[in-house]
Amino acid sequence: MALETSVIQNKLIENFGLKVADFFQQHDIFTFEVASDSIVEVMKFLRDDATLRFNFLTDLCGIHYPDYDKDRQFAVVYHMHNWVDNVRIRIKCYLNGDQPEIDTVTGLFLSSNWQERETYDFYGIIFKGHPQLKRILNMDEMESFPLRKEFPMEDGGRTDKDDRFFGRTTQNC
Amino acid sequence: MVDAPEGFAGEGFFATKLDSVVGLARANSLWPLPFATSCCGIEFMATMAAHYDVARFGSERMSFSPRQADMLLVMGTIAKKMAPILRQVYEQMSEPKWVIAVGACASSGGVFDTYSVLQGIDKVIPVDVYVPGCPPRPEQILDGIMRLQEIVKSESVRRRGSDEYKDLLGSYNIK
Repeated sequence: MALETSVIQNKLIENFGLKVADFFQQHDIFTFEVASDSIVEVMKFLRDDATLRFNFLTDLCGIHYPDYDKDRQFAVVYHMHNWVDNVRIRIKCYLNGDQPEIDTVTGLFLSSNWQERETYDFYGIIFKGHPQLKRILNMDEMESFPLRKEFPMEDGGRTDKDDRFFGRTTQNC
Repeated sequence: MVDAPEGFAGEGFFATKLDSVVGLARANSLWPLPFATSCCGIEFMATMAAHYDVARFGSERMSFSPRQADMLLVMGTIAKKMAPILRQVYEQMSEPKWVIAVGACASSGGVFDTYSVLQGIDKVIPVDVYVPGCPPRPEQILDGIMRLQEIVKSESVRRRGSDEYKDLLGSYNIK
């Protein structure tokens, strides 16, 4: 592999110090955590640096961890891909459970526009500076953020569904 | 040729009820509006084609304009975001109009026990015939159409103007 993970790690620590942490290889993808207030500068560096060249944002999504500490109850996960050396990385940013807010990266990757809207739609994570942060997949009248764990997955108006047949009882019999 | 309704036949004349004649005419020229959103729609395509041939029942003319359709066939999962559109299509159909819910999803939400899926189209529009199956075979869809024909044949010509019918539409907030 042309671009070693140790090079990525050293370059990031050299430039951002304590804002990047928890580097580890999870299965086949190099993963690390970035402080949520510096995601834009870190991603800009990863994209524009002459050796790193992570020119493509593969994916952007949210996670809800209701059992974690208050400051780490939400996460936004970014997947980046270096097309030249064919190297992928995963970046995690943890957000506060009461006020999940993070800066938008639409200024760096236009493709993140809809992905951030989707993340807002399902988790209620606010992307500050997003040009049009409104629901994208669910209906506009919806009041919940359905993939947060406190909201039930099933429809409230269901009348003829038997919980046993949908894996919603512990015994299923 | 369909069989003549009950009545009195004599030398050069045949007398029967207007209801029966109108019902006979309506039942044997039901123009379908296919509202296909998933695999049940594929089964309906087979139903339309030469092998099963829905044309045998007077429904060869698919009407993709709701204004010229008699029978709305809802085939597939209706997401909640789609529900207002389905409702609008139903409202645009001219009277008399009938609805068949084809397949488990249209009838009850099917396997989709989730926040984003409408749990049966009868939550937003009235339904005349439910066709079970996931997806139903073309024979079952044809059976549903034939059962609807029975309903149409026996429907009173006054039903659409009756208070019961207005109450039914009122219960769905359709004016």
